[in-house]
Amino acid sequence: MMQPLWYSLLTAMLIVYVVLDGFDFGAGIVYGFVAKSDADRRQVLSAVGPVWDGNEVWLLAAGGTLFFAFPRAYAAGFSGFYMPLIILLWLLILRGLSIELRSHEPYKLWYEFWDWTFRFASILIVIILGAAFGNIVRGVPLNADGYFAIPLFTNMLIHPSIGILDYYTVVAGLFALAVLALHGALFLVWKADGPVRERSIALAKRLWWIVIALAAVTFALTPTVRPEFFAPLVARVWPLLLLVISLAGLFYIPPALKGANDIRPFLGSIVFIAGILASMAGTLFPDLIVSTTNPSYNLTAYTASASMYGLQVGLVWWIIGMILVVVYFTFVYRNLSGKVSAQTKGE
Amino acid sequence: MLWDRLQFAFTVTYHYLFPQLTMGLALIIVFMKWRYLRTNNDKWNRAARFWARIFAINFAVGVVTGIPMEFQFGTNWAGFSNFAGGVIGQTLAMEGVFAFFLESSLLGLFLFGEKKLGRRGHFAVAAGLCAGSWLSGYFIIATNAFMQHPVGYAVGANGTLQLASFWQFVLNPWAVWEYAHNMSASVITAATVVASVGALWKLIGKYHEESSLFLRVGVITALVASVLQIFPTGDQNGKLVADYQPTALAALEGVFKSGSMAPLAIIGQPNVKEQTLENPIVVPGMLSFLAYGSFNATVKGLDAFPQENWPDNIPLLYYAYHIMVGLGTLILALMAISALLIYLKRLEKTRTVLWLLMLAFPFPYIATTAGWLTTELGRQPWIVYNLLKTTAAASPMVNTGDVVFTTIGFVGLYFVIGVVFLYLVGREIARGPVYAEGKD
Ligand code: HDD
Ligand code: HEM
Ligand code: HEM
Repeated sequence: MMQPLWYSLLTAMLIVYVVLDGFDFGAGIVYGFVAKSDADRRQVLSAVGPVWDGNEVWLLAAGGTLFFAFPRAYAAGFSGFYMPLIILLWLLILRGLSIELRSHEPYKLWYEFWDWTFRFASILIVIILGAAFGNIVRGVPLNADGYFAIPLFTNMLIHPSIGILDYYTVVAGLFALAVLALHGALFLVWKADGPVRERSIALAKRLWWIVIALAAVTFALTPTVRPEFFAPLVARVWPLLLLVISLAGLFYIPPALKGANDIRPFLGSIVFIAGILASMAGTLFPDLIVSTTNPSYNLTAYTASASMYGLQVGLVWWIIGMILVVVYFTFVYRNLSGKVSAQTKGE
Repeated sequence: MLWDRLQFAFTVTYHYLFPQLTMGLALIIVFMKWRYLRTNNDKWNRAARFWARIFAINFAVGVVTGIPMEFQFGTNWAGFSNFAGGVIGQTLAMEGVFAFFLESSLLGLFLFGEKKLGRRGHFAVAAGLCAGSWLSGYFIIATNAFMQHPVGYAVGANGTLQLASFWQFVLNPWAVWEYAHNMSASVITAATVVASVGALWKLIGKYHEESSLFLRVGVITALVASVLQIFPTGDQNGKLVADYQPTALAALEGVFKSGSMAPLAIIGQPNVKEQTLENPIVVPGMLSFLAYGSFNATVKGLDAFPQENWPDNIPLLYYAYHIMVGLGTLILALMAISALLIYLKRLEKTRTVLWLLMLAFPFPYIATTAGWLTTELGRQPWIVYNLLKTTAAASPMVNTGDVVFTTIGFVGLYFVIGVVFLYLVGREIARGPVYAEGKD
C-alpha cells in the first residue's frame, strides 16, 4: 500500500518539476528566436527570474523523496548515471547564474555572454533530461548487486549495445527538446506582450508539428529497445486513458492559440506533459529501474523501498509540507500574476 | 575513493562558504528591518537594503553550489546512500520540502517586493526568509549528526539502516549542540563581515552614518556570538566528542597515551610515527577537566584503540582543531576590545583597531572551515560512526577517471564563480549604500 502510494507521489513531484522548470528551460530554448532586442530579453528573464529557483526546488524535493522512499534505487540510479548527472549539475549551475547575474552589470558584452550561456545550458539540460527518460524506458544493465555502469555514448546505430546516449535516447532527448520548446513558447504567449508574444505564437505553431513528428518517431522506436513496453499500457487501461487525455491536451493547443485567452494554449501543454509522464509511470509501475541483463534484477517499488515505518512517518510530514508549499506557490504566483511587459523591471 | 573524498570535501567546503553568510546575515537584516519598524529612522532601512544586495548575490551562489551536494550522495556515495538512505533520506527530503521551498519562494518577494508589501509585510517576509535558511541549516546538521552519532535507527532485514524513531533521530543531542555551535558561528561570520565593511568605509572616510551603524551592530553581535561559540556550545560539542568519539578526541587533542590528569595542549606538533606531541605547551589536568568535569578523569589516548580505527589524518585533524579554537579566541579578543572602544566612544578614532576589524573578515571563514575539517576528519575511518567504514561507502561502479575529471571540472567552474562573486560583491561595496537609493 505504502509503496504504490510513494511511487505515485514521486511521479507527481517529477511531473510538477517538469511542468514548472520545463517552462523556464523552454523559455531558454526559444530565447534567441523570440527575444531580439535587449528589452525583449529582459522581458523574458523577468518572467522566469522570480520563479526558476522555486521551480528547481521540485527537482531537489523529488530527489530527496526518491532518496528516502527508495534508497536502493537512488543509490543505483545516481551512481550509474554518474557522468550525465554531474554534467547536468554543471549546466544547472550555469543556467542559474545566467539568470541571476545578467542584470548585475550594464555592459553589452556581459549581457551577451550570459544570453549565450542561458540558451546553451537550457538546451543541453533538456536533451539530457529527455535522454534520461529514454534510459528509464529502455532499461540499464543492472547487475545482481543492484548497480550498473554504462558508457556515455554509442555509435548511434540501431544496435543492441546500449549507452546513456544511443540512437533511442537521443531521439527521446530531441523529443523532450521539442516538447519543452513548445511549452516555453506557450508560457511566453501567456506571460509576455508585444513582439515577444507575437513571435512566440508564430514559433509555437511550427513547433507543434515538430512535436507531433518526433512523438511518432519515439513511439515507433520504443519497441525496438523494449518490445514488451506497451503491453501493460493496454492491459491496465488507465495509463491508456491518461495517454488519450495527454493527446487531447496536445490537440487543444492549435485551436486555443487562435482564441483570445492567452493562458489556454499553455494549459493544453501542461495537460499534454503531465498526461504523458503519468501514463509512462503507470506503464512502468512497479519498476523503478529496469534491468536489461535479467528481469529479476529490476529494482521495483517493493524491492527498493525504505521500511514501512519510515514511509509512514514520511507521509505525515510530506502532507504538512505540501500544504505549505501550495500556500507559498499560490502566494508567489498571485503576486506575480499578469503579464510582464518590456518596460517594467521585475517590480 | 580518495578522489570521491576530495571531490566531496571540496564541493561541500566551497558550498558552505556561502550559506554561513546567508544564515547569519539573514538574522542581521531582520534585526535592521525590525529597528526600522520601531524607530522609523530611515538609516536602518538603508542599511538593510545594502545588505540585501550582498545577500542576493551570496544566496545565488549558495543555491547553485548547493544543488550538486544533494546529488553527490547518490553519485559518489552510493554504498553509503544505500546503507543509510532509509534514515538520512528523511532529513534531506524534509530540507527540500520545508526549507528550500520557503526560502526560494520568499527570496523573490523580499528582493523585489518592498513597495508592494509595505513595511510590515516586508519585515515579515525577511523574517520568513531567515527562518527558512535556519531551518535548512537544522536539517542538514541533523543529517550530519546522524553520521557522527547514529541514533533512532534499526538494522533492517538486508543489513541496511532503517528509521526506528523519528523523534530520536531528529532530536539527536549531537544535532542540537552541533546546530547551536554552527549557527552561532555563522552569526559570527556575518557580523564580522558587517563590521569589516563598516571599518573600511570609516577608514576611507565615506558614508559616515552607515559605517558607524555597521560597526556597532557588527561588533556587538560578533561579541555575543563569540562568547556563545565557546561556552556553552563549543564546550558541549567537546564533551559529546569525548563521550561518543573518543578516538577523535584523542587525535584532535594530540593525546597518544592514556592517563588521568590529562594535560591540555595549547601548542605542539603531533608526530604520528613516534606517537608523541613535540614541543608542547600544556596546562596540566585541564583536558580531563574540560572533557569529563574532573581533573582526575582518565582520558583515553590513541594507544587505547586499534590503529585501524584511528582517524586517517591525525596531524591535519589536530591542526584544524587548534586553528579553529585559536581563531575563536582571537576573534573574541578583537571584538571585546572593539566593544570596549565603542563604549568609550573611541573606536572611530582608533585607526589600528579599525584596520584590524577590516582585515578580520576571513578569520571566521577559516575557523568554520577548520571546524568542519575537525568534525569530518574526526569521524574517520567511519562514514556512519561505528556502523559503516568510509571505504565501503563509495559508488562501486564509478571509475576513478570519471571522478578525477569531474573534480577538476568542479574546481574550474567554482574558481570562475568565485572570481565573479568577489567582483560583484566588491562592486556593491564600492558603490556604497547610496547607490540603492538611486536605483530603486
Ligand atoms: C567561527 C567559527 C568557529 C569558532 C570560533 C569555533 N568553532 Fe568550533 N566549530 C565550528 C566553528 C567554530 C563549525 C565549523 O561551525 C563546527 C563544525 C561542525 C559544527 O557544528 O560546527 C565546529 C565544530 C566544533 C567541534 C566538534 C568537532 C567534532 O565534531 O569532531 C568542537 C568540539 C568545537 N567546534 C569546539 C570549539 C571550541 C572549544 C571553540 C573555542 C574557541 C570553537 N569550537 C570555536
Ligand atoms: C552537514 C552536512 C554534511 C554531511 C552530511 C557531510 C557528509 C560527508 C560525506 C558523505 C563525506 C565523504 C566521506 C568521508 O570522507 O567521510 C564527507 C567528507 C568531508 N566533508 Fe562533510 N558533510 C557535511 C558537511 C560538511 C561541511 C559543511 C564541510 C566543510 C565546510 C564538510 C567537510 C568535509 C570534508 C573536508 C570531508 C573530507 C574528509 C576526508 O577527506 O576524509 N562537510 N562529508
Ligand atoms: C553545514 C552544512 C550546511 C549548511 C548549514 C547549509 C545551509 C544552507 C542554506 C542556509 C542554504 C540556502 C542559502 C544559500 O544558498 O546561501 C543552502 C543551500 C543549499 N544547500 Fe546547503 N548547507 C550545508 C551543507 C549542505 C550539504 C552537505 C548539502 C547536500 C545535501 C546541501 C544542499 C544544499 C542545496 C541543494 C541548496 C540549494 C537550495 C535552493 O535551491 O534553494 N548543503 N544550504
